[in-house]
Amino acid sequence: MTLLDDRPAILVDEPEHHHEGPSGLYQWITSTDHKVIGKSYLYTSIVFFLLAGLMALMIRTQLIMPNNTFGSQQTYDELFTMHGSLMMYLFAGPFAFAGFANLIIPIQVGAPDMAFPRLNLLSYWLYLSGGLILVGGFFVSGGAADFGWVAYAPLSGIIRSPGAGPDMWIAGLILTGFSAIFTGINLVTTIFYLRAPGMTMFRIPIFSWNMLVTAILILIAFPVLTSALVMLYADRHLGTHFFTVVGGGVPVLWQNLFWFFGHPEVYILALPYFGIVTEILPVFSRKPVFSYKGLVFATLLIAGLSTGVWAHHMFTTGVVLLPFFAGMSYLIAVPTGLKFFAWIGTMWRGHLTFETPMLFAIGFLVVFLLGGLSGVILAAPPIDFFVHDTYYVVAHFHEVLIGTAVLGGFGGFYYWYPKFTGRMLREPLGQTHFVMLIVGFLLQTMPQYVLGLEGMPRRIATYTVAEHWTTLNVISSCGGYLIGLSFAVWLVNLWISWRHPILAGDDPWGGHTLEWATTSPPPHHNFYSIPPIRSERPTWDMNHEEPPPGSDVQGPTGITVR
Amino acid sequence: MSENTDSGRSDEVEAAGQSEHWVRDWFRRSWGTSKGTGGFRFEAAIYLGTAAFFAVVLAIYWFTSYEGGGAVMLLFTVCLGLLPGSYMFFWSRRMKKRPEDRLDAEVDDGVGPVGSFPDQSVWPFVLGISIGFCALGLVFGPWLGLVGGIGAFCAVAGVTMESRRGGNI
Repeated sequence: MTLLDDRPAILVDEPEHHHEGPSGLYQWITSTDHKVIGKSYLYTSIVFFLLAGLMALMIRTQLIMPNNTFGSQQTYDELFTMHGSLMMYLFAGPFAFAGFANLIIPIQVGAPDMAFPRLNLLSYWLYLSGGLILVGGFFVSGGAADFGWVAYAPLSGIIRSPGAGPDMWIAGLILTGFSAIFTGINLVTTIFYLRAPGMTMFRIPIFSWNMLVTAILILIAFPVLTSALVMLYADRHLGTHFFTVVGGGVPVLWQNLFWFFGHPEVYILALPYFGIVTEILPVFSRKPVFSYKGLVFATLLIAGLSTGVWAHHMFTTGVVLLPFFAGMSYLIAVPTGLKFFAWIGTMWRGHLTFETPMLFAIGFLVVFLLGGLSGVILAAPPIDFFVHDTYYVVAHFHEVLIGTAVLGGFGGFYYWYPKFTGRMLREPLGQTHFVMLIVGFLLQTMPQYVLGLEGMPRRIATYTVAEHWTTLNVISSCGGYLIGLSFAVWLVNLWISWRHPILAGDDPWGGHTLEWATTSPPPHHNFYSIPPIRSERPTWDMNHEEPPPGSDVQGPTGITVR
Repeated sequence: MSENTDSGRSDEVEAAGQSEHWVRDWFRRSWGTSKGTGGFRFEAAIYLGTAAFFAVVLAIYWFTSYEGGGAVMLLFTVCLGLLPGSYMFFWSRRMKKRPEDRLDAEVDDGVGPVGSFPDQSVWPFVLGISIGFCALGLVFGPWLGLVGGIGAFCAVAGVTMESRRGGNI
């Protein structure tokens, strides 16, 4: 244990200061350094992402032609359930609020580590064991859970879903839920208590703000999921009747509890990626972020409203208050629109360059706008009655989630990879990855809107020739394969960067925030020296104190000096 | 006539002035805007704002739907905002601004002990895996829970002793 006697400022003149500690596998298992834990989270969640992606490819293969017998109905049910569960619980959330947050937040706010390092390590191991239990469902008799990632109540009961698979699903999610709660506590405490001097709340970068709000949302939402899962387990094995009509329970209570978690969860998945994009756009536009306080306000408002809209997933149950939930859902469009305004304002008349992170950020803007607009359409109860549980909804949430977690997330990966490894990724391969990804993704998703309006229900294993859905499904599946290929390109890129490294230097992009003021990768306890913090972009201030007179460069304000 | 009115008005102003000061003083005391205090102001405001926001949502939701489940969840969300929020509010009135609360703080202002950060520990790994076994016990029977429970007990004991020794293993 190190009692850190001095703020990092005192560590200056020790550039050769290397931390003595274990190395190799034992380091990955025991190190409480937030950077090691963050990398563990990042790579583990990417493995789960690739697994879930393979499941998606199998799903698209099953749907590529009518009356297909690629897999049985049972296999198909297990595949879409585990695809959804892995993507939602094990990839999209932990990728950002545990992976990137652990790696970046302490450096961005100028802290030596997370507030509770051992709790941080515990949450990683809870996440990993929970994830393995979840995936392990495939290896028990009866197969994995097959009731959809939402596990609606009568279907997830012991009568309709017997076997060990559903129980493993419940057990795994309880563990990952606790992992998320611990991470949330850690993040809030780190941002509240461990900021560098001068780093006031209204100077921490937008990514840190978004992670703070996300962490509070986690604290609101995840306990509800965990308690609902315990109730479901008790219903299945201990003879209680929370969700069974037989003993006087209310099945729709599960939906209420699940979506009270589930809708904030959507924003737990989205807000961190909003933050990543807000970090990328100003750097590659060479301007300060437009309307900093507006973005903070919008984030807080989105988070607040998102907790009051849970029942818009339950319009068709007939027992929810339609005007309240429709109204609240519409209201979310206002702060989200505010964010779009700020993002466009950030890029407006900037000196844009289109490196890979910027391409991903712009791809995010396009795709998330499409997904968000179809979400506004779905918030109207009459339309929701029409397209509920069709491929329209599937297309909507895939645009939202791939827009945020994949385009935003991998944009962040390309952006921060030089920081946490000290190496660059190859630009041409990154751009190829982006083009293949966005083309494949739009090919996959856009036909699904039409399929939904034509009435194709979600979660069906096959369809007949008579419905004329074949062409659109073929296009959609080909798009899916293109997405799969694009990640092969990404893996090649990683491999090349591993075998033939190009050193990145401390600040390859001309970054604004504090993480670019330290070395790549950062030293133990993150800083040899911290620059004075006088605005929300201290590294820019440090690098641009006095613009050369008469030259066409940007001053500290970001306005071109002529 | 006019003099009377004037004097009356000035009396009124004086009386009203007291109440004005009362509000302002209360506000300053509460929010630590008086000299020397005011760390944690925004932090407290975030949590208390959460509580206030959900109190409003709860009121609207309850009086438009009279639905119990959602109202209870919203009520507990209000409590979640109040609990840490009121703690930080309490301290924001009593503590000085920390260097990270001041706009003009120099890096040197923060010199001093920051906290203790354990470098490495094997016990979180043992604890995480043991709790994993406990969770598997939910599926495959209590004997796995027993295995996990023993492991978890050892890990908790280990991490506690590690802290007491105050040293890295």
